[in-house]
Amino acid sequence: MDRLITLEGLVCAPVLLPLLAAGVKLAIGGRLRRVQSFISLGTLCVTLAVSVVLLVAADARGPLVTDLGGWPEPIAICLVADRLSTLVLVVSQAVTLCVMVYSVADAYDRQEHDAPMAIFHPAFLVMVAGVSNAFLSGDLFNLFVAFELLLSGSYVLLTFGGTESRIRAGATYTLMALVSSMLFLIALAVTYAAAGTLSLAQLAVRFGGLPDQVKLLVELTLLLAFAIKAAIFPMQAWLPDSYPTAPAPVTAVFAGLLTKVGVYSIIRLEALLFPGGPVASLLMWVALATMLVGVLGAVAQTDMKRMLSFTLVSHIGYMVFGVALSTVAGLAGAVFYVVHHITVQTGLFLVAGMVERRAGTTSVNQLGGLMKATPLIAVLFFVPAMNLSGIPPMSGFLGKLMLVQAGLASGGWPAVTLVAGGLLTSLLTLYAVAKTWAKAFWRAPRGERIGTVVESEEATGEEPTVTTAKLPVALPLSVIALVALGLAFTVLAGPLSALTLRAAGELMAREPYISAVLGEVP
Amino acid sequence: MSVGLLPFLACGVLIAAGVTLLLERSLVRELAGVILLGNGVNLLIVTAGSTAGRPPFTGTAGIADPLPQAMVLTAIVITLGMTAFVLALVHRSWQLSGSDEVQDDTEDRRVRLRSRRGELSATVTSRQDAYRRLLADQRAELAQLEAEQAERGRLQEADLERRIARVHAELEEWTERLRAQGLTEEELHHRLEQAGRRAEQAAMDNEERIEQLREEHARTRREQAARKRELRRKLKARQREARRQMRAAIREERERQALAQDPELEGED
Repeated sequence: MDRLITLEGLVCAPVLLPLLAAGVKLAIGGRLRRVQSFISLGTLCVTLAVSVVLLVAADARGPLVTDLGGWPEPIAICLVADRLSTLVLVVSQAVTLCVMVYSVADAYDRQEHDAPMAIFHPAFLVMVAGVSNAFLSGDLFNLFVAFELLLSGSYVLLTFGGTESRIRAGATYTLMALVSSMLFLIALAVTYAAAGTLSLAQLAVRFGGLPDQVKLLVELTLLLAFAIKAAIFPMQAWLPDSYPTAPAPVTAVFAGLLTKVGVYSIIRLEALLFPGGPVASLLMWVALATMLVGVLGAVAQTDMKRMLSFTLVSHIGYMVFGVALSTVAGLAGAVFYVVHHITVQTGLFLVAGMVERRAGTTSVNQLGGLMKATPLIAVLFFVPAMNLSGIPPMSGFLGKLMLVQAGLASGGWPAVTLVAGGLLTSLLTLYAVAKTWAKAFWRAPRGERIGTVVESEEATGEEPTVTTAKLPVALPLSVIALVALGLAFTVLAGPLSALTLRAAGELMAREPYISAVLGEVP
Repeated sequence: MSVGLLPFLACGVLIAAGVTLLLERSLVRELAGVILLGNGVNLLIVTAGSTAGRPPFTGTAGIADPLPQAMVLTAIVITLGMTAFVLALVHRSWQLSGSDEVQDDTEDRRVRLRSRRGELSATVTSRQDAYRRLLADQRAELAQLEAEQAERGRLQEADLERRIARVHAELEEWTERLRAQGLTEEELHHRLEQAGRRAEQAAMDNEERIEQLREEHARTRREQAARKRELRRKLKARQREARRQMRAAIREERERQALAQDPELEGED
């Protein structure tokens, strides 16, 4: 190793830097809050830059591999940065940065300096490290550790403040995550017993020689573990229950990233380890059920955050649909949709947080007239909401278009049924978000204070607390950045879809990944 | 690779016990379940990962596979951390609500609220129906009473008519008899007048009695109507009370729900 920093060495940075920053912040404690927020934001900026460099390099030169600890592969645990992982890494880092800006601004505005800096930021950074690690991991056990890393961060974030509702939601969330981890461990045991390795590249080679039943067992167990994390039907019930209680930035980053880590793992698993397996058709029906159940739940909700949580579940179905098609076009559509959805869903949850700050509630029965009071928030909600429901020419439309085209191209009545289900889901999503927008923003205010709170028909009797009339500048700025990023996917749709196609091609070919890790063509 | 049956049985028992405990509502029991499950899975990794009976370190040829052991160590550490966290959750939950039970989620509570609302409105409707039936019964009874009274009055009137007719007949007979006895017209007239006065007196008495009967009848009717009004008023009051109770229950449930739904703003970043 001639140079101090090589491209391969950089692969560790998105994992190590946030962890290091979390450690430093824990050591500092509640003091030096300017330095603290500088460390958090600086770390995330650097990891974002590193991720962009990795994406460019991985796209140009093929997968980058780092063998940790200097051991030769396959003994070492390796981190692999290929097109898929670096693409989702870049998007997730960008989104995380926006959320961090939001939460720092939020905390400054509320004059809460000690607790957020001492607990919130380290937990957040540990979670970011876990997410990066999960994306980059080239080893199943490392993936497990990454999951535990991000989950342990998320437990702390979800139960932040320890109020009763958060403890209640946190208990469900924690137990659900623990069960999923146990399933993952069982899958690891079975995999190791069957193949004698947990390195993804080696597994991809060795699974070729294993009996079908063993492969199916391993695949189903792993899928179950990931499906719980990704909130896929019928394992989706925990999500709309636990997410809305958390603080807005936490819900936003959970919605954007944590479920996508599950989806990413499923993509990796299906494409690399079990290509063309019999599970694809099962995944199709699961995807359909996820889409419909989620969106029907969203239609029934009266709380903005809960409605968004249900649409989150519903749109995971699109990604699973893309994976289940097991074609290059389908995978490309799924990857495009992941990229689009991370941005849009996070933005929407942050806007819901701003609504809560401004009006004191997110229940659409009590809100009203927000468009006159805060036109900025109204626009910031409207644009990603329309993007989510797939209004042309936004990226949501393009992602759905890619999936629909892939579905029709692959043919067969299950795929066509799913396309129809996807379109129906899209319509119902439009209905759900339009209803919310019309009630919360558009209808005339009926309260005394114009634009803040409408006296609901079923008055709860409690006066909602309006914290500040003016929001700090950085709050809308971070959301504007996210919305703009979502719109940029429309402008850059050509290069982006080409990149996702290349990533999907690389995934389906499998060979570049395996040879990059193992060093030779098997 | 061959593995012993006993370790696998142990894994199975541990995992089964863990799953059983996980299905409980108490967080402490669930935590115990997770721990048992974790131990079972760790044992599974060791059992499935390598041949039993090999030494872990000595020599180079016959040593056991170190990788599963490393994995299990990692898993144990992770489970330890998670256990500590869940215990903290349990403690906080106990501090806040005095129990460590996992509560229903919002959707469940909403479904329950709706079913309770349905039950309440069903109760109100059935109560309303019962009162309506009662009123109808009483109205029918009243109508019957009135009919009976009218019948009785008619009978009494007829009786009186008959008696008057008989008196007239007797009078005729008596005049005939007197004429036959050869009384003069003047005397006859005089006697007739006397008798007529007596008969008139009797007829007036009879009319008074009829009037009395009518009055009695009217009073009964008034009383009946008052009772009916009273009953209606009571029914309305009870219905109002039931509706108020229902609304109160619903409001209470809503408040509880709102408390559970809306995260308190304190401590939020």
